Amino acid sequence: MDKYLNIALPKGRLGEKVYDMFEKIGYPCPSIKENNRKLIFENEELKIRYFWVKPSDVAIYVERGAADVGVAGKDILMEYKPEIYELCDLKLGKCSMAVAAKKGFIDDRNKTLRVATKFVNIAKEYYQSQGRDIDVIKLNGSIELAPILNLSDVIVDIVETGTTLKENNLEVVEKFLPISARLIANKSSFKFKTEIIEDIVNKISTAVDNND
Amino acid sequence: MDKLLSVLTPEEKVNLSLRAIYTSYGYKKYRMSKFEEYDLYAQNKDFLVSGGVITFTDTDGKLLALKPDVTLSIVKNSRDINGIMKVYYDENVYRISKGTKSYKEIMQSGLECIGNVDKDVIVEVLSLAILSLKEISNSNVLVISHLDIISEVLDYAGVSDHIKVEICKLLGDKNLFAIKEILSNLDISLDKKELLQSLVTVYGEPKKVLPLLDKFSVTSKAKEAILELKEVTESLEKVGGKVVIDFSVVNDMNYYNGIAFKGFVEGVPTGVISGGEYDNLMKKMNKPYKAIGFAVYLDDISRISKE
Repeated sequence: MDKYLNIALPKGRLGEKVYDMFEKIGYPCPSIKENNRKLIFENEELKIRYFWVKPSDVAIYVERGAADVGVAGKDILMEYKPEIYELCDLKLGKCSMAVAAKKGFIDDRNKTLRVATKFVNIAKEYYQSQGRDIDVIKLNGSIELAPILNLSDVIVDIVETGTTLKENNLEVVEKFLPISARLIANKSSFKFKTEIIEDIVNKISTAVDNND
Repeated sequence: MDKLLSVLTPEEKVNLSLRAIYTSYGYKKYRMSKFEEYDLYAQNKDFLVSGGVITFTDTDGKLLALKPDVTLSIVKNSRDINGIMKVYYDENVYRISKGTKSYKEIMQSGLECIGNVDKDVIVEVLSLAILSLKEISNSNVLVISHLDIISEVLDYAGVSDHIKVEICKLLGDKNLFAIKEILSNLDISLDKKELLQSLVTVYGEPKKVLPLLDKFSVTSKAKEAILELKEVTESLEKVGGKVVIDFSVVNDMNYYNGIAFKGFVEGVPTGVISGGEYDNLMKKMNKPYKAIGFAVYLDDISRISKE
């Protein structure tokens, strides 16, 4: 049986920070820093295997057991609600899920609200909790365009600094969900690779606390 | 005969061996029709693992459903039981697949004990769960939890119902830091907070965990539950197989109570066995019996072959 621990990291800046964290706590894999087109990186001695995947796919790799552990944003976890263990808040990649609209926008409760978003489930859930009737418009990128072109009244999207919004004459109406990167694990893998996963969780938690 | 066996798929082989095991323990096969009145599911919607039932009207206009679950039907038809009714089933059920939101047909086996469920029956059912896991793979683990301990600790801590539900969900995700976050906003004593957090952090093999459980004996009911967990896990030692105590197995307490468990095999990403006591469902359905049972999900096991 394959006794490697498979770790899915989100491609991009966040993923690199996460890898640095893993390296610091004693799970290095030097080959990952080489600039090549390889997809999978192994440390034979420690029996660990890293791979980069699209950030929104990490949860799927972990839920289906292709990765034993992974790092995914809370936004993805809220959107897909995967059956996984959420073991640690890495406090990296902090931002918020927010409602934004054109400056001066006033919600007319007389009309169905048109909401453009990548995060359909989060948007639905948020407005359901407010008893607001909405029309969800699923977009895959450049969400900020929607209210400008009157495709939607508001958007539900991730806001980090708010610069993009400001430059496009938009503003945050409400931030309703703080987001950061989470260490997640497959429920079955956790049962069979308990020791190494526990070790990672403990060391990462300590590292996170020290960073605070 | 060997020639016949060689054409069977791994699921079919496991399926047959499970039937042999259950029969040898005196379980009778429970055969049911593909259809069931929709009302049964409408009334117990949360009991179903996946919402959504395929419905259609029969020739005289009655609303029927393709069964998404077998337990509810067995419970509905349980009557005139003296002592204990022991049945097993092996049926196809129809559920919504989470990713694609389309219907899928799932092969499900399982067993139910209804009637006078005592400690011996519980041990028997758990032993059968372990034996079933062994048929699927040699690398397996049975994870046992006790819902009464969880609910007593939550009651004792005195948190509101709304928070209870939230903590139960987070407990199922082993999400310790989110629980800490919720607790930090609550006005309860530090001891109680630590006790609630221990529900997440206390897990592992019975040898390690049992001595740590004393701190949860906050009420007489909790004490009984701890004793039961201890006696049951000790009796299971004879069966062999890896057993772990872990309170992250939290079934919906509107239906379940007492011992709850999940079985995992290495290489299958989700649990292959799920079960527990469901006296609360029996009460809901006005049945004067206690009950325990489990389901085995065979649809994912074709990907692993028994070594």
